[in-house]
Amino acid sequence: MPLDLAAPIEHAERRDPWAWLRHPLFRPVAALAILLLVDLALIPGFFHLEVKDGHLYGSLVDILNRAAPLMLAALGMTLVIATRGIDISVGAVVALSGTVAAVLIGGTMVIENGVPTYVSRIPMGYALAASIGAALLCGAWNGVLVAGLKLQPIVATLILMVAGRGLAQLFTDGQIVTVYYKPFFYLGSGYLFGLPFALYVVAFVAGLTALLVKKTALGLFIQAVGINPTAARLAGVRTATLVFSVYVFCSACAGVAGLMICSNIKSADANNAGLLLELDAILAVTLGGTQLVGGTFSLAGSLIGALIIQTLTYTIYSLGVPPEVNMVVKSIVVFLVCLAQSEQVHALFARRAKGSTA
Amino acid sequence: MTRTLTMFRAWPASPYFTSLVTVALLLALLVAGSLAYPAFFARQVFFNLLIDNAFLLVVAVGMGFVILSGGIDLSVGSVLALATMIAAWLLEVAHWPAWAVIVTVLVLGAAFGAAMGAMIHFFKLQAFIVTLAGMFLARGLCYLISIASITIDNPTFVAISRAQLPLPGGFISPGALIALAVLGAGIWLAHCTAFGRAVYAIGGNEQSASMMGLPVARTRVLVYALSGFCAALGGVLFAFYMLSGYGLHAQGTELDAIAAVVIGGTLLAGGYGYIAGALSGVLVLGAIQTLIAFDGTLSSWWTKIVIGALLFVFCVVQRVLAPRGK
Repeated sequence: MPLDLAAPIEHAERRDPWAWLRHPLFRPVAALAILLLVDLALIPGFFHLEVKDGHLYGSLVDILNRAAPLMLAALGMTLVIATRGIDISVGAVVALSGTVAAVLIGGTMVIENGVPTYVSRIPMGYALAASIGAALLCGAWNGVLVAGLKLQPIVATLILMVAGRGLAQLFTDGQIVTVYYKPFFYLGSGYLFGLPFALYVVAFVAGLTALLVKKTALGLFIQAVGINPTAARLAGVRTATLVFSVYVFCSACAGVAGLMICSNIKSADANNAGLLLELDAILAVTLGGTQLVGGTFSLAGSLIGALIIQTLTYTIYSLGVPPEVNMVVKSIVVFLVCLAQSEQVHALFARRAKGSTA
Repeated sequence: MTRTLTMFRAWPASPYFTSLVTVALLLALLVAGSLAYPAFFARQVFFNLLIDNAFLLVVAVGMGFVILSGGIDLSVGSVLALATMIAAWLLEVAHWPAWAVIVTVLVLGAAFGAAMGAMIHFFKLQAFIVTLAGMFLARGLCYLISIASITIDNPTFVAISRAQLPLPGGFISPGALIALAVLGAGIWLAHCTAFGRAVYAIGGNEQSASMMGLPVARTRVLVYALSGFCAALGGVLFAFYMLSGYGLHAQGTELDAIAAVVIGGTLLAGGYGYIAGALSGVLVLGAIQTLIAFDGTLSSWWTKIVIGALLFVFCVVQRVLAPRGK
């Protein structure tokens, strides 16, 4: 955000001691804190962390690790939503990038010095590049449809959502492809300095995005497009290029998430990998305080939103509630969050409050 | 000469154009199928298209209204599954009579839709996110009833499931007949009633509709209630067809229904299209599946790829034609 916009807010903060209550990140952080408190009370040893074999183990690490793909997808989705768009092809891109990597790496057993080891079909670097390349192509396709042909984002990405899984199944011939090549597993289940490697990937992508958005004018441009595309274009923002790049970025994030999921479960399932991930990502973005109508967005909020979803899932599993209830709880959370964001509800409560004092 | 030329130019801009393209495409698919596979050229194959896709047709009619009003309903697949689940549970565990079960399920579906519609209208929430939450909620409720599939062996349901209404050249199921009746009612509702005109007006421009004094709130809630009702009726037809209730039934039906409506020539932005397009859209989807099944060498995932490609073509055609058409 540019300084001249931030100045009046700081001024207001000095006058109002309760301004932090209205900080955009307050609600998501509070929701996460409440969830963690519930966990603290109900799940014994929830905050227990220990070091085993040089790795950090514990529920918190587990939640962070499992939330990694969702956090990535949510990052990409945030920027798309900020430009008034939506990308519902994220799950299909996850399946596609995962299957490309799995099919290219595969893993054949060779006997080396009498020890059976698995080697990759083609060098892993190429396979990863091909898989990210496939994701970038998907993003470019979405981008061309939205920015070039000016299709509605939900329709444009619906095409890939339907066809993407078909393409992924085409690559794998409808089979679940199992990967046997060890180094590939590092991405999804490896550890670096005691923490899951996936977290470093998320931190890197999030850091890079935040840097681009905060330290360059890119963030402002994205907001401008989201608030009023026509005005932004007339003001000289290259709207089409920007929207195109945002979709490419979203698919790239989904591609990395797909690699992570594929590496974690050591196989690629074209039918089920990343199923409904787009919905979770949209949910994470909404929970993080970014409005679906575009404009103002919060990357940190989306990351927290993803953590809320994963913590919720973890809590439900740990409490021994049937996992199927998860969907009911999730939907109620969405309804509540939507209502909390609705100005009509605010107005209703404001009127009630006024009525009671009068 | 000039007159023919203007006619030629005006033709693609006519409101029927995309709908006619779909009908032409359907005929082309049927002709191609008949040429390639002699067995395809049978009336029963066509009737089977209707029988197998009866539930989708009903859902697509409801979705057509929602999309015409400028909204979207992602919950229909889950509501359909929930309807099969509730029906199966009421029949097999609570031992209710069949007619009471059907009425209850339909009322519940309509109420579910109306509740979502009310949230969308009165709290100014996005249809996309509200119906998305509705989708999670309905699927979750299915699993609360039972995680496993419940088989239906209620005699009325079994009798309806086995019934074959004879027609020249084959037979049709009661489900398909109900679906066609729903389509007829939908067309009447859209084009011959004040409600239908209000739906088109809201889809065209909500603000002007409200300034014209049209009952925007009532219409919007009714549209989602109608979609919920259609989804529940689709669920009843699905229960006739499958004779079971299951939380995993009809996954992705919302996408099929949206695809059918778009392929049928309705503009996703709202206010432009025909409910009748749902029939051609559903039949095109069904014909593609049947053709792929007849071929035998093509795998099922080709269906998804072809539907995706079709969606693309239709969106682009609509995009290219819309500014001139409007």
